[in-house]
Amino acid sequence: MLGNAAVARGLYEAGCCVISSYPGTPSTEITEEAAKYDEIYCEWAPNEKVALETAFGASLAGKRAFCGMKHVGLNVAADPLYTMSYTGVNAGLVIGVADDAGMHSSQNEQDSRHHAIASKVPILEPADSAESLAFAKLAFEMSETFDTPVLLKMCTRVSHSQSVVDVGERIEPPVKPYEKNIAKYVMMPGNAIRRHPVVEERTRKLLEWAETASINRVEMGGTHLGIITSSTSYQYVKEVFGDSVSVLKLGLLNPLPVQLILDFAAKVEKLAVVEELDPIIENHCRALGLAVVGKDVLPLEGEFSQNMVAAALDGEVHTGCALDEAIPNRPPVMCAGCPHRGLFYTLNKNKCIVLGDIGCYTLGAVAPLSAMEMTLCMGASVSAVHGFNKARGAETEGKTVAVIGDSTFMHSGMTGLANIAYNQSNSTVIILDNSITGMTGHQQNPTTGYNIKGDPAGKIDLEALCRAMGFHRVRVVDPYDLQACDTAVKEELAAAEPSVIISRRPCALLKYVKHKAPLTVDFEKCKGCKACMRIGCPAISQQNGKARIDATQCVGCGVCAQLCKFDAFQSVGKEA
Amino acid sequence: MQTKNIMIVGVGGQGSLLASKLLGHLLLTQGYDVKVSEVHGMSQRGGSVVTYVRYGDRVYSPVIDKGEADYIVSFELLEAARWLPYLKPDGQIVTSTQQIDPMPVITGAAAYPENLVEKMKASGVRVDALDCLALAKEAGSSKAVNIVLLGRLSHYFGVDEAQWLSAIEAVVPPKFLELNKKAFALGRNA
Repeated sequence: MLGNAAVARGLYEAGCCVISSYPGTPSTEITEEAAKYDEIYCEWAPNEKVALETAFGASLAGKRAFCGMKHVGLNVAADPLYTMSYTGVNAGLVIGVADDAGMHSSQNEQDSRHHAIASKVPILEPADSAESLAFAKLAFEMSETFDTPVLLKMCTRVSHSQSVVDVGERIEPPVKPYEKNIAKYVMMPGNAIRRHPVVEERTRKLLEWAETASINRVEMGGTHLGIITSSTSYQYVKEVFGDSVSVLKLGLLNPLPVQLILDFAAKVEKLAVVEELDPIIENHCRALGLAVVGKDVLPLEGEFSQNMVAAALDGEVHTGCALDEAIPNRPPVMCAGCPHRGLFYTLNKNKCIVLGDIGCYTLGAVAPLSAMEMTLCMGASVSAVHGFNKARGAETEGKTVAVIGDSTFMHSGMTGLANIAYNQSNSTVIILDNSITGMTGHQQNPTTGYNIKGDPAGKIDLEALCRAMGFHRVRVVDPYDLQACDTAVKEELAAAEPSVIISRRPCALLKYVKHKAPLTVDFEKCKGCKACMRIGCPAISQQNGKARIDATQCVGCGVCAQLCKFDAFQSVGKEA
Repeated sequence: MQTKNIMIVGVGGQGSLLASKLLGHLLLTQGYDVKVSEVHGMSQRGGSVVTYVRYGDRVYSPVIDKGEADYIVSFELLEAARWLPYLKPDGQIVTSTQQIDPMPVITGAAAYPENLVEKMKASGVRVDALDCLALAKEAGSSKAVNIVLLGRLSHYFGVDEAQWLSAIEAVVPPKFLELNKKAFALGRNA
């Protein structure tokens, strides 16, 4: 079972009733899998802050609740997290957060354990699918026993690895009565001041529990080396050393045990810590006065592997052979037929300064389109274009745009748009509306009209929303129509007031999208001018001085044909 | 049994997730401990993708490192060459001969290396290269390359054909079952 599916199974078995999440790789499948259980209400919220507050509301009402997100999502949800640490919970509340060491699909590789420490909330780290299931259930028990939200920290290799699990039955915990308790749940200064000592006392109790909890496990082997580790790093350690060394595997990473670690250290000749990203266990050991090997031999960046751990700690390193040949990189690219392509081609052609955002369209930064110059976090394009234009005024207003996807706009773009409307910069915002949350694998959002189960739901009208915010210039274009895109971009940049362009066409990978037959190249007409190569379509290449179309990829979008002055692209055959 | 390692490599969108699901199912029914590690998200969008399948009595790491793979199953020639350092010195490559130009080649910033099959063979590893795309089309769909490749891989595996076929039945939707069985046979008997 996939690690994320195992978490979902654990939520189900624990009697979780309400899940509100925002999709983000590698966390997305937790909520998608949970939505398959009819006993659990599941939803995609507009962003992680809303999701966590929704889950908190459900906990307050007396039912077990969960909220899932990726590591950077926890930044968005940090505001409620830090204060719900003070209020505690009614029914159990678990927050799933998936880190992405190695940045397979993320803009940074921050370590979520820092949020746990700073918010004084316990954090569990499973090392495989079986533990993902077990820890999800344990998290609810801890949440109710210690009156705290509990973080369940996944990582790419645990979330997206399949391993064997044993499943159990669902329990139906009784609904906790909701009782008005102003001193506990209304965090104004007078009450919060009294809650803070409760948090500190809770941490002391958790620490006491951590010293003997079975999820912090000593596996004694050879005593020349003792390794303290957790999560996927534990697997690499066992892979390399098996039982030849002693291991302290930690399941609870905040608070970290003291006596358990001191006792383990006393039994081994040399102590090492193997942990991905930041030296949190290591610094804890040093604070306890222990000599320890850690980030002096292992990196702060990226994912570990068995060879990396072996090389750092005198294990056996495997090697293979490489060809004496330059292997070209294969970076991710926009798919053939991607509706974003036509728009980015237009922005590149008009030499626009493009402030971008988080989604598939971040790939607009890749050559040959190279039409994006900033990507920071969800929603930053809209806020930043305003700041850019406030700084430079008329000098940049006529050539600077923000581009943001429909889901990202719902997540954090609306507040930036409100700032443009309110503080009046002459900014142009382009909403790339592909009618789905694309990058994370097709999740619905408030603009699509469907909920997580694919059933009809409320639908936010983007045009009406932008107009209601005070934008007079709101227009919709089809990004497959290059002429229309060019006209829209030129006119809205030239306009003397802020404007919104909605570039609308569904993602080409959506199942309901009908594709046209692949185009073919008429070699008589093709002059090999490479004009069609400027859109960076993976289905088009050059062979023997002529364009060639890969029929297995081409969906007949026709954007390339609009660039060809010689009419060399032919549409033949049936629609697929 | 010592842990065995299979890597499935290709270009995002080529169907490696179904291949790993099928392999994982097959190996579980053989009584092994199995771990499968996949790539989701951005890298899937036409990038180089790799899936790790590991099986044995007790599997710890979900990933395969350099010099550890017993088999590399590749959907695309350049990807086979890219991941070659992960193969054991006596390992086996099963690859489709399909070539898909990566963006640096499309833009002219790099060249697609020539004669990769010969060069890989010259490096001392065993390479079984065949035109899986043509065989998949013969079976009825260009999307069946994954099953053609597994059919070829089944040659080198000590698992009965009947068990492969029941694994296909378990993971492939019924309406594509016959097509995929044909694809498997074409790969296996090529």
